[in-house]
Amino acid sequence: MNTALYWRCLRSIIVREGLRFVHQRERFFAALVRPLVWLAIFAVGLRAVLGLSIIPPYETYILYEEYVAPGLVAMIQLFNGMQSSLSMVYDREMGSMKTLLVSPLPRWYLLVCKLLAGVLVSIAQAYVFLGIAWFWDVRPPPLGYLAVLPALVLGGLMLGALGLALSSFIRQLENFAGVMNFVIFPMFFASSALYPVWRIREGSPFLAQVAELNPFTHVVELIRFALYLDVDVTAVIIVSGALVLFLGAAILAYDPGRGFWARRGGPAEQT
Amino acid sequence: MRDDTIQALEVEALSHRFGARTALEGVSFAVPAGRFEVLLGLNGAGKTTLFSLITRLYNSRSGAIRVLGFDMRRQPTQALARIGVVFQQPTLDPDLTVMQNLRYHGGLHGLADAVIGERAREELARIGLTERAGERVRTLSGGQRRRVEIARALLHRPRLLLLDEPTVGLDVDLRRQVLDHVHALCREQGLAVLWATHLLDEARAGDGVVVLHRGRVLADGTVADVCAAAGAATLDEAFARLTGANSTGKGGRA
Repeated sequence: MNTALYWRCLRSIIVREGLRFVHQRERFFAALVRPLVWLAIFAVGLRAVLGLSIIPPYETYILYEEYVAPGLVAMIQLFNGMQSSLSMVYDREMGSMKTLLVSPLPRWYLLVCKLLAGVLVSIAQAYVFLGIAWFWDVRPPPLGYLAVLPALVLGGLMLGALGLALSSFIRQLENFAGVMNFVIFPMFFASSALYPVWRIREGSPFLAQVAELNPFTHVVELIRFALYLDVDVTAVIIVSGALVLFLGAAILAYDPGRGFWARRGGPAEQT
Repeated sequence: MRDDTIQALEVEALSHRFGARTALEGVSFAVPAGRFEVLLGLNGAGKTTLFSLITRLYNSRSGAIRVLGFDMRRQPTQALARIGVVFQQPTLDPDLTVMQNLRYHGGLHGLADAVIGERAREELARIGLTERAGERVRTLSGGQRRRVEIARALLHRPRLLLLDEPTVGLDVDLRRQVLDHVHALCREQGLAVLWATHLLDEARAGDGVVVLHRGRVLADGTVADVCAAAGAATLDEAFARLTGANSTGKGGRA
């Protein structure tokens, strides 16, 4: 098939996602304010409580703000991935999802396009946040800002794919609150975003184990290491593996032959 | 180029069930080019399921769907490229402009920018909304949005246009306008149209009618054929007789 077709399809999905994002200014501010609140308030409060030793990739003692910044970047991506899952559910309920799916291009490709478009939006947000965080003395080496890009792409894809897979299980828009409670919060808190895993272990060895199995922890570490010009190989492997798993699940769930619609009926039949 | 003996749409022995519930049972009919075919059925007759199958939101359990000879299961790309769809729910993005919506759709079909621009202008001129191209869809009336959706469905030049209850929420006047518009497309461009509705008065004298009830086809032919076969003077009467006689049948849902 003509590759120009594929390119035009991808481009128009990205343009639409971008336009939607620009038009929803509240969403942009919410996405930005959330991590900044954590950085400006939570981090200040916790700085006094939490002592940090020198752990890789850091080579000196660091302020808590500096520790938490990569976790907040990952949080931006987590929220974004779930947000695009929300928009899938919304699209499905409102029917505009159907306009996407009647495109003659293969469905797995349409899902990948949707995923990529979401990742681009989350990367833009992450950089704006890192830019502002610079004024909070979160100053990784200049080259780190470049090195973090592939980490953001990989992490964003994985979290986006998770959202995509989840969106096929959410029947109703209201269930997004459930996603918040059962996916976003546990993933965020049971991870190395706010405190290092060794700190968690002091409190609960079990929770530390959960954190180590949590793919979100590895997104955080991936970003943290990349930002300080280092590579966390374990994180790369685990995040890539989770990406393959979640994307596979999403493609299966949206497959016309095996997917959930064929079994349970489309949105209009579910009344 | 196109073989006229090939039907624009062929549905053959199509069945589908959701768990234990049968939504469609042995549905067969065909729509030739240039025909305005009304798919008539009450709510819950299986119209939306049928549309979902024809647009490949999911595949059928058994039976076949062919669009201009292309099998939906084996050649979905070719089949989908020849279909334009107007769904029951509004599917335009209200925050984007009319033109941005059209561009998005054109892109999904892999059309080049220049082609989209040219055709969008053409289609918007046809529905008299040229000067609204740069405005957000939110500012359009319900009838205008419907017409934009029809314009969008025609952007990639399909040979088969599917409309699922397209007049829902429109007043009598707008309903007639949209019907006239699609009839004209059918006449002038040889477009095959499948128009699903539960409103009997949307079928006009020269149209084809498929009566779908509880997942089965009860009648298929021109309005006159269907009336004659049911021994009725009007389509209303024919529909009442057909569906009344079958309301105790098995399958489908209540």
